[in-house]
Order: sequence, then C-alpha cells, then structure tokens
Amino acid sequence: MIEFSTWDILRNLLLAARWTVLLSLAAFIGGALAGIAVLWLRTSRAALPRRAAWAYIELFQGTPLLMQLFLAFFGLSLLGLEVSAWTAAGAALVLWTGAFLAEIWRGCVEAVPRGQWEASASLAMSRLQQMRHVVLPQAMRIAIAPTVGFSVQVVKGTALTSIIGFVELSKAGTMITNATFRPFTVYALAALIYFALCWPLSLASRRLERRTHAADSH
Amino acid sequence: MPLIAIEDVRKRYGDNEVLKGITLRINPGEVVAIIGKSGSGKSTLLRCVNGLETLDSGSIMVADSQLVPDELHLRALRRRVGMVFQQFNLFPHLSAGRNVMLSPMVVKKTPEAEAAALARRMLDRVGLADKFDALPDQLSGGQQQRVAIARALAMQPIALLCDEITSALDPELVGEVLGVVRELAEDGMTLLMVTHEMRFAREVCHRVVFMHQGRVHESGPPEEVFGKPQTPELRQFLAASL
Repeated sequence: MIEFSTWDILRNLLLAARWTVLLSLAAFIGGALAGIAVLWLRTSRAALPRRAAWAYIELFQGTPLLMQLFLAFFGLSLLGLEVSAWTAAGAALVLWTGAFLAEIWRGCVEAVPRGQWEASASLAMSRLQQMRHVVLPQAMRIAIAPTVGFSVQVVKGTALTSIIGFVELSKAGTMITNATFRPFTVYALAALIYFALCWPLSLASRRLERRTHAADSH
Repeated sequence: MPLIAIEDVRKRYGDNEVLKGITLRINPGEVVAIIGKSGSGKSTLLRCVNGLETLDSGSIMVADSQLVPDELHLRALRRRVGMVFQQFNLFPHLSAGRNVMLSPMVVKKTPEAEAAALARRMLDRVGLADKFDALPDQLSGGQQQRVAIARALAMQPIALLCDEITSALDPELVGEVLGVVRELAEDGMTLLMVTHEMRFAREVCHRVVFMHQGRVHESGPPEEVFGKPQTPELRQFLAASL
C-alpha cells in the first residue's frame, strides 16, 4: 500500500482549493451582476418586473442550495441539456448568490432617506441619474460590510457542489480520505483551508462595518 | 398672467381629503407665504406644485405648461421650479460645491469648469463662498440650508418653493437663512413658501394665504391678514402663533 504523508494530503487539498476559489469568484462576480439586474427589476415602478424579481428572490432564498444544485445538474440533463458539473455548479451558485445580493442591496438602497430621492427629483434628475449620482454612492457605502460578509457564505456554499461531482476542496477531501483512510486529518486540513479563506473576509467585513458606523456617528 | 396657477386642486390619502379644492394664482416676482396649522395641507400643496405628490383632480400650470405626471414633463417643470426642504436634504457624500454643481452637470450637461464657476457664484450669493469644499456634516444647519438654496438656484429656476425651510433650525440660525430669502425676494424671485415665521411673512411677503382644513380660508396682503383677520379660525391661529 502506498503511504501518503501529511504534506501529500495538504498539497492535494491546496490544489483542489484553487477550484473552490475560482468557483467562489465566479459565483460572486456572476451573482453580483445578476443581483444588480434583479435589484433594478425589484425596485421598478411597474408591477410585472417587480413581481418577477420578487418570485425569483423567494424561490432561491426559500429552497436549499443543495436542491438548486441537483436541479441544475440533473434537471437540465433530463431536458436533454448535457451540462458539466462545473457549468451546473457555477450556474446554480450564480443564481443563488444573485438572489441574496439583490435582497441585501435592496435593503441598502432603501436605507437611503426618502429626502435624497425628493431633493434629486426636485433638481430635475431622471430616475437613472438619481440612482447613479445620489442614491447608489450612499447605498454602496452601506452595502460594503454586509456584501463582504455574505461572500463568506458563498465560499462555504461551494462545498455543496461536491455532491454533484465537482472536484473542489470538499470533494477532494472525500477522495483523499478514500485513498488514505485518514478522514480526521484530511477533513481537519480541509476545514483549516476553508477557515483561511473565510476568516480574512469576515474580519474585513467587521472592520468595514465599524468604519461605516464611525462615519455615520459624527 | 400668473406664473403659477393652481386651479381647484384636490388630493386625498385614503379617506382623508387633504386638499379640498385649492385655487391660487401667483404672479411673476410675487412672494407668497402659506400659513396654517400643521395638517392644514400647506406642505402637500407645495409638494404638488413640483410633482412630488400627484393630484387627484384640478390642474396646476407653471409658466404656460401644464403639470402632467410623467417623468419627461415633470423634469421639464422641475428645471424651472426649484424646491428647498425642511430637512435640507443635501447629498451627504458630496462637498457643498459638488452639491451645487451636480444637477447643472448631470441634467443640463454643463461642463465641469463652468458648473464649478456657477457653484462658486451661487455659494457666494448665499454667503458661503469659503465653504465650497466642506462636506455637509461639517456645516451648521443654517449653512446647510443656505447650500440647499444655492443648489436650487444653480438650476436658474423661475420660481422657488420653500417648505418650512427654517423649522429644523436652532433659533439662532433662522436669521441667516431668512436673510438669504429676503435678498432673493428683493431680487425679484417668485417665492412660494410655507412658513411659521410670522414676522418674516409680514415684512417680506406680498401676500399671505391662510390654509385651514384643506382650503384657502383667508388670503390677502400681510397687513390685512395679520392686522384685520376676518375669521375666528385665523384669529385663533394668529393668537396661538404670535
């Protein structure tokens, strides 16, 4: 039987962690774009886009990410669309992230006082101009901390994609365990890597939050 | 011909009819104060004039264009009618100068250098030439409100609506803001202001309108409205506020 050193295990986990990072980035960037689009519909003055955005958000917030991954992977292939694990995982995570970010950001836009809308309206700005020059710059400052905080959820969410066979950190952990029979070492190392990815993000989120509050308080 | 013609305007929120048929015509250069108890509909009326509230019936004409509630018409109207709010509503992420520059640049596509020069002139006009780079939260309430006036003036409006613009100020800061308004009045700006400053209304305004329960209850030159109130409601209101 081949002997695996702890370094072998760690090295292979780190190689797999690249996919976790890549998938997180893809999910976050794609999700941010989806979130902006959904947010725009969600705050529209017409009822139809507002309801569609609401249904989308409720659907993706109200079902487990795991189900969404299954549906993206197996559901699409039932429809005759052959999707790779990477595509299915990416698509499901983008849609899931988009739903949450849209809702987080809606809260931030609504936190901007009504008077800001009224003042900019009374200066003859269009809705788009009000958003771009007055509301978004203020909402973005409020949004930084919760957005960075949510990115931690995205990183951890990628672990679920191991279920549909996408080889990222968790899946690699399972595979290495099967070869080494050292589950505790393997998963402890995997957990440490997740922690190393997430901790700086939550730390940054907390610091940003403090700074936003400090800026508000004078 | 009146500059602002408000004809039989009605507005209700649910069961509560806030404006019960208001007719008011304001001539170019006229300074009109609207007084009355809170809840009498005076702020709502003002907000109707620049389309922040929609009308249930009646009409409002500004210059010779009718107020129509779609964005294009409203924006055309708002380029000509400025508004100053009780809570200042300065954009907190922009300096005083940038607050004044923003709308000329964004709405009128004024080049930046020109907008900056315009902003300096406007801030100078309200006595804040040295505060161009100050952020709103570095300014006192009175200074913030004067920046808000400069911001409205930068769009070169033909009329200015002032919605209780001194009500959120500490008493010692009221004077500096009213001083600016007084100068505007002397320069011939058409002003429609909701105010609780009776002395100011008496000294500066050409006409005082007393609103009561959603109607224009009494109106006329200040010396008549304040000197010889015709109705018990106005007498009671004046007794309570003087």
